[in-house]
Amino acid sequence: MAFPKAQRWLLAALLLSGGASALSGSIDPYFLDVVMGVGVGIVLASSLNLINGFTGQFSLGHAGFMAVGAYTSAMLSTVVAPRTGLGPVALQWVFFPASLVAGGAVAALAGLAVGAPSLRLKGDYLAIVTLGFGEIIRVVLQNVDAVGGARGLTGVPAHTNLLWTFGTASLTVYTVWALLESTRGRGFLAVADDEVAAEAMGLDTTRYKITAFGIGSFFAGVAGGLYAHLKGYLNPGGFSFDKSIEIVVMVILGGMGRHAGVVFAAILLTLLPEGLRELGSRSIPNPFGGPAWSLDWIKDARMILYSLLLILLMLLRPEGLFHRRPSRMPSS
Amino acid sequence: MTEFLQQLLNGVLLGAIYALIALGYTMVYGVLRFINFAHSDVFMLGAFVAWVSVEKLGLPTRSLLGGLGALLAAMSVCAALGVVIERLAYRPLRRRSTLTVLITAIGVSLLIQNVAQSPRLGFGPNPRAFPELFPSSQLHVGGLTVSTHQLGVLAVALVLLAVLYWIVHRTRIGTAMRALSFNATAASLVGIDNDRVISFTFGLGSALAGAGGVLYAMNYPSIDPLMGTLPGLKAFVAAVLGGIGNLPGAALGGLVIGLVETFVSGTRLSTFRDAIAFGILIAILLFRPAGLLGKPKVEKV
Repeated sequence: MAFPKAQRWLLAALLLSGGASALSGSIDPYFLDVVMGVGVGIVLASSLNLINGFTGQFSLGHAGFMAVGAYTSAMLSTVVAPRTGLGPVALQWVFFPASLVAGGAVAALAGLAVGAPSLRLKGDYLAIVTLGFGEIIRVVLQNVDAVGGARGLTGVPAHTNLLWTFGTASLTVYTVWALLESTRGRGFLAVADDEVAAEAMGLDTTRYKITAFGIGSFFAGVAGGLYAHLKGYLNPGGFSFDKSIEIVVMVILGGMGRHAGVVFAAILLTLLPEGLRELGSRSIPNPFGGPAWSLDWIKDARMILYSLLLILLMLLRPEGLFHRRPSRMPSS
Repeated sequence: MTEFLQQLLNGVLLGAIYALIALGYTMVYGVLRFINFAHSDVFMLGAFVAWVSVEKLGLPTRSLLGGLGALLAAMSVCAALGVVIERLAYRPLRRRSTLTVLITAIGVSLLIQNVAQSPRLGFGPNPRAFPELFPSSQLHVGGLTVSTHQLGVLAVALVLLAVLYWIVHRTRIGTAMRALSFNATAASLVGIDNDRVISFTFGLGSALAGAGGVLYAMNYPSIDPLMGTLPGLKAFVAAVLGGIGNLPGAALGGLVIGLVETFVSGTRLSTFRDAIAFGILIAILLFRPAGLLGKPKVEKV
């Protein structure tokens, strides 16, 4: 998996997204929206992969950290930005990235606050604490009127473009990759492989887990910021447990702890609902004459197929679709 | 003072329902060491089975027999469903990692929710009014207002808890359950059929969840396919609070969560009441991860 010239790949990816971004005026807006959604999905999946896949900690609250970042950067853009007196260009190219980083930083702080106490716990408990945290975030957002409460936050400027989404996506994948290839980064894999053995070798396993949690939450927050400035509207309900599950499924489908597999799964799972929605609005001509067969039921069955896929995957191929090495899941 | 007593009563009622659900989590955790995420959806189905048996199959409403019939129908359907889920989804994973089973459980939970939400296969996503199962009237004791519904909920919950206690402590299969949760390998060495005991545990836990669903719907008479998620999570918190794997602990935890939630609802913080349970969870994991009645475990290498 190790490209010898990872930095070159990163540069190429950044240039490519910059080039595509310059041309985005001539792309169909719906298509553009879907493609940028894919970029956000890659950031989310790769960052969760660091926590769930490489470090072997099971977090079910990624959407919560995404929400923290999304609301932070959206509030900066709607409340602070108009008072700075910056022009539209400065807003998009200077203020917006700064607000993304700020959103990421606040999300990382939230990640550390949740992670520090709960990462001493094992598997199941951590899953529940992160899940609970995600719910708390949602309830709080629903009740704070300053951020729109249950009505949601509207009027977020549409700063997100192809360069920002795919630039961030490439940076996320690169950061996670570089982190794990570094000498210290090997510790993350050791924690996932066997926590007791890692601790016996002198690794501070709690510290590794918290680091993974902080970095993962940072990128989730940045992804939230991108999402906010892509949709222009935020609703606490959009960051529910279901959203967290969606990201978890990307990581599992991609094969926990595979860089490329998880990116591919993020692309697949972001496009799949759109494709099924499109398919559901069509109909097949009836070969026996009579009225055409409507494919309307697909819209209905989409989430059912999704959950069946998850169960079957666990029963038949728990290592994910794109896994070649032996499973890295903790065996306790 | 009257208001305090009234809230106390409401809290105990809610707590009794949480306790019924929490027992299912804790029993399954006792024998299989994993969190059955689908438990909250079995709870939801319990309410819907009672709804179907009244609205579609014509059981009489506001009658004692009809109400008990709906309750029994919900419990038996849920018990059967619990056994089937265990057989199809969890048994093939018996020797796999906890994580795999956990993810499968989430998958089963999503599957039940989505089938129930589908207008073609299930009930559709819209909330439905839950009928009055039992004859109801208001009683006034001192300054307190108590409906017979509430007394019924409390009575059913207490009877079920007593039956559960009897099964676990006075029957062969209950003894086998306790043996299995104490040491699975040793239990199979002395001739206990582990798979059978696990099936039974799922059936028993799911029957309690089904009953919990009916009682919950009697208290909050609007049911929808996602109604299980929050009570399910809170009941899980209750199980952890009492010490997961510990039956009296689950009952105690349920009571505490129910009381705290009810009293918080009466204050200015009422809109935050759904977040309270998780706050308690984080606090308990920080200061006493083994739970109120649990014994701390030392991990052997």
